Amino acid sequence: MTSRAIAWTDSLLPPLTFFTMASALYLVFVYVPTDEAQGIVQRIFYFHVPIAMMTYCSVATVALFSILYLWRGDRVYDRVAHAGGELAVFFCSLVLITGPIWARPIWGTWWTWDARLTATLILWLIYAAYLMLRSVSPGVEGARYAAVLGIVGAFDVPIINRAVYWWRTIHPAVLVNREGGTGLTDPRMQLALAVSFVGFFLLFLLLLRLRTDSLRLTDSVEDLRQQALTA
Amino acid sequence: MKNLDFLFAAYTAIWVLLFFYISTLSRRNRSLEKELEELREILEQRRQRPNT
Repeated sequence: MTSRAIAWTDSLLPPLTFFTMASALYLVFVYVPTDEAQGIVQRIFYFHVPIAMMTYCSVATVALFSILYLWRGDRVYDRVAHAGGELAVFFCSLVLITGPIWARPIWGTWWTWDARLTATLILWLIYAAYLMLRSVSPGVEGARYAAVLGIVGAFDVPIINRAVYWWRTIHPAVLVNREGGTGLTDPRMQLALAVSFVGFFLLFLLLLRLRTDSLRLTDSVEDLRQQALTA
Repeated sequence: MKNLDFLFAAYTAIWVLLFFYISTLSRRNRSLEKELEELREILEQRRQRPNT
């Protein structure tokens, strides 16, 4: 990307994210009708589902940039993978917090060892381990081990996605139900979910940019410290 | 409205964690930029006065 394109992205991304997120909030709390079966708590889905998707995007970023890092050995790819790993844990934590808050009034329990829930918890543990590995082993060797873990961990995502079809599970299929149709029939609900998706994707890009920047600055500070010590 | 507290709790958790994460990242970046600037100045001063 050219520096001009980066400058454009940097100036446009924050206001665009803010505007889309504000629109999503308006749609979720004012525009959409209340679900007849679940009542008002169903509105948690409009953020819970896009956040889950951003967890998958973050994991895909880790896997893709880890492959590029192992192939090319360029530290730039490793920084993006590292940032993606942190975002994977961040978004997955939000999924694991908002999910039980929805489940308590609907299922009558905060947590159950359902296939999708368990696979999601495993994903959180894998990427928490990824971050721990990065923090205890910051060198090139640690980055390579972390890249392998980041790639292997990504195989949990298709398991989470297909869990509601492969096993007997009580987790609802919001986007595509078991019969192949959509879980949201009202077009207003679909619009709210779509806007929320766009908002969270922009937020994901913004956070990825911020965190990659912070890792680049950390590397630069470390380089200059070494220069200052040897000069 | 029934279960409004659950809806409130979920959205509060999302926004609180999001603001905390963004503010932590921004603070960290600002502090790193400041440290980078200070290190550049130190190295520049050393280049200009090699014996000090």
